Amino acid sequence: MLRVKNLEAGYGPLKVLRKVSLHIGPGEIVTVIGANGAGKTTLLKTLSGLLSARGGEILFEKKDIRRLPAERIVFLGCSLVPEGRQLFAPLTVRENLILGASVQYRRKRQGEVKEDLERVFALFPRLKERETQLAGTLSGGEQQMLAIGRALLSRPRMLFLDEPSMGLAPRMVREIFVHIARLRKEFGLTILLVEQNARGALGVADRGYVLETGRMVLQGPSEELLSNQDVQRAYLGRSPEGDA
Amino acid sequence: MYWEPDRECMDREELEQLQFERLQSTLNRIYSHVPFYRKRFDGLGILPEEIGSLADFSRLPFTAKEDLRESYPYGLFAVPLREVVRIHASSGTTGASTVVGYTRNDIRIWSNLTARVLTMGGVTKDDVVQIAFGYGLFTGGFGLHYGAERIGASVIPASSGHTLRQIKIMTDFKTTALISTPSYAMLVAETIREQGIPLAALSLKYGLFGAEPWSEQMRQEIQEKLGIVATDNYGLSEIIGPGVSGECREQNGLHINEDHFLVEVVDPDTLRPMSDGETGELVITSLTKEAFPMIRYRTRDLTSILPGQCPCGRTLRRMARVRGRTDDMLIIKGVNVFPSQIESVLFEIEGTEPHYQIVIDRKGGLDEVTVLVEVGETIFFDQMRRQRDMMEHIRKRLAHELGISVEVKLVEKKTIARSEGKAQRVVDNRKL
Repeated sequence: MLRVKNLEAGYGPLKVLRKVSLHIGPGEIVTVIGANGAGKTTLLKTLSGLLSARGGEILFEKKDIRRLPAERIVFLGCSLVPEGRQLFAPLTVRENLILGASVQYRRKRQGEVKEDLERVFALFPRLKERETQLAGTLSGGEQQMLAIGRALLSRPRMLFLDEPSMGLAPRMVREIFVHIARLRKEFGLTILLVEQNARGALGVADRGYVLETGRMVLQGPSEELLSNQDVQRAYLGRSPEGDA
Repeated sequence: MYWEPDRECMDREELEQLQFERLQSTLNRIYSHVPFYRKRFDGLGILPEEIGSLADFSRLPFTAKEDLRESYPYGLFAVPLREVVRIHASSGTTGASTVVGYTRNDIRIWSNLTARVLTMGGVTKDDVVQIAFGYGLFTGGFGLHYGAERIGASVIPASSGHTLRQIKIMTDFKTTALISTPSYAMLVAETIREQGIPLAALSLKYGLFGAEPWSEQMRQEIQEKLGIVATDNYGLSEIIGPGVSGECREQNGLHINEDHFLVEVVDPDTLRPMSDGETGELVITSLTKEAFPMIRYRTRDLTSILPGQCPCGRTLRRMARVRGRTDDMLIIKGVNVFPSQIESVLFEIEGTEPHYQIVIDRKGGLDEVTVLVEVGETIFFDQMRRQRDMMEHIRKRLAHELGISVEVKLVEKKTIARSEGKAQRVVDNRKL
C-alpha cells in the first residue's frame, strides 16, 4: 500500500533520514521503533507531506506522493495523528473532531460526517461523554483519543501515528495500544506506528523496523524483533541474560 | 504444496522491495558491528547509507573463503558470543576450517527455510524422515532436522554411515523420505539390491539430496532404484547451511529463497555479472542473518540463473543444479573439465556402475587422465571383446564430450572406495 525507497530528509544542514526504505501492505500494522532523535517524527512528517523529502520515493498505492502537499495526501487517504496531539484547546471535543472532516467536504462527502462522528463516539465513548467540553480540559489519554478521532473524521485508509503513548499513564498506555488494534479491526485501517515504547508497539504490530540515527538497522516480524538481543538491550530495557 | 506461500509466491516487485530493505539494514548493521567490513568499506570510501540501488551494491567488495579463514574463529561474527546459540564449522576438505554462528532468530529462520525446501521436495507432517547426513559441526544434519521437525514430520536422526543399519531402520521404521548426499543414496540403493530386499519392503516416497554436485542421469538412476521422487537442494555453511535453495517437484532447477538471500552469478575470472542462463560463480549475500551476515560471498559453486517461471507457482527464481566448483574444475591439457561432465557420460552407458574415479598423472610434462569405471559382473568375465568394445565406446564418448582424450580402465564392482558423505571423485597426482 505504501512503499518508501531511499527516503532522505533533514532540516537545513542537518541530515536526518539517510536512505530509509520501508513498506506497508494493506491491512498491516507496522511500527518503526527507535530512540529519541532517531528520525521517527521526521519520517512521519516527510511521509505526510509536512516536510519535503530531499531524495528517494514515496509510493502510496503505486502513486508517487513525494512532492504532493500535505492536504492532498490527506485527500488521498493518509492521515497523520501528530506527536503531542496538536489539538485546539479552546474548541470543544466535537468542534475538534469536525475540523478533521474538512477533507470530506472537499470530497463532497459531507453526508458521511455524521455517521463518522457516531463511529468515533462508539470507539471512544469517553469522547461522547465530553462532547461539549473544551479540548484543553481533557486528560492526556482523552486528548490522544481525540487526536485519533479527528484523523478518523477524514476517512483515511492509512493512519500515521506519532508516539501515541507518549506522556500517558501506564494504564492509559495499555488502553491506547488496544485501541490501535481496534482501528484495524473495526475501521479496516492500515497503520504505521512510530513509537519509543518498543514493547507496546511490537505487541500490537505485525512487523517492525528499527531506526537508528536516521538509518534502518533491523526489520522483521514483531516476534523476531522482540527476541533480537540488540532490541532487547536498547529498547526493551532488559539484559539478554535475564531473558528466558 | 508451499510452506510459506505468501513469501514463496510473492509479487516480484514486492520481493525486490523487501530484499532491498533487508540489504540496507544488513549493511548498516555490519558496518557498525563487524570491523572487517567497516575497514573494507572505508578503504573504498563507501558508506553503507550510500547504497541506494543494486548497482551501488555491486561496488561493494566480494568476500572470499580466505577472508573467513583469516577471521578464524569469530572475527566475522556480528553479535557478541553470548547471543550465539549454535556454532557450526565447515569440514575444511580443501583447507583450514571456517566457523559460523547462529542466534536464536537465525535458527528460527534457518528451520523455516529448510522446512520450505523439504516441503518443495514433497515432505509433509505425515512423513517419516530419515536424515542420513552427519550430525555434528557439518550443517547438513541439524539444518534439515530442524526444518523437518518444524513441518511436524517424524524425524529419525540416523546420521551418516552404517549402511546396513540405515536400511534396517528404513524398512522397520517405514521411512518415507531419505535425506542424504546423492552418492550415499546410490550406495544405499546398491546395498538394498545386494541384500535382496525387494522395493516393496520399503515405504520410501521422496529423497532430498544435496551437499555435492550430481547429474540428471544420477537422479534417474536413484529414482528408479529406490522408487522415489528425488530432488536436489543446495546450501553452504558460510551462508546458512542447507536451505539456500531447493527443487520443487517439477525438478527443473532450485528455487532460491530470495527473501533471505540475494544472489548474483559472476564470471569467476573477470568478476563481471553473467546474464540469466549463463554459467558462472554463484555469489550470495545474506539478508536476514544476525550472527554471521555475509556480503557478496564467492561460493566457488558454478551455476546459472534459469530464466522463466516455474509451473509450480513459486515466483522465487531458480538456479541450475550446481555443475561443479571453480576449485574442482580440472585443467587437463589446458582444457577445463568438470567431473560432472564425466559422470553424465558414464551414466548413459549400459553396463557401467555409477561409480567412477578420475585419476590424473603428469608424465614427462604431459597430463594423463585415467577414468576408472566399475562394470557389472555380467560383462567382466571371459568377454574380452565386449570389454574392449566398451572401453573404446566410453573413450570415444568422453573425448567427444570433453574435447580431450582420456584413458579408460574398467574395474570390478566395489573396487572404488565408497563414501558415506561427500564422494571422492578425483585423485590428482600432479602435485600442481
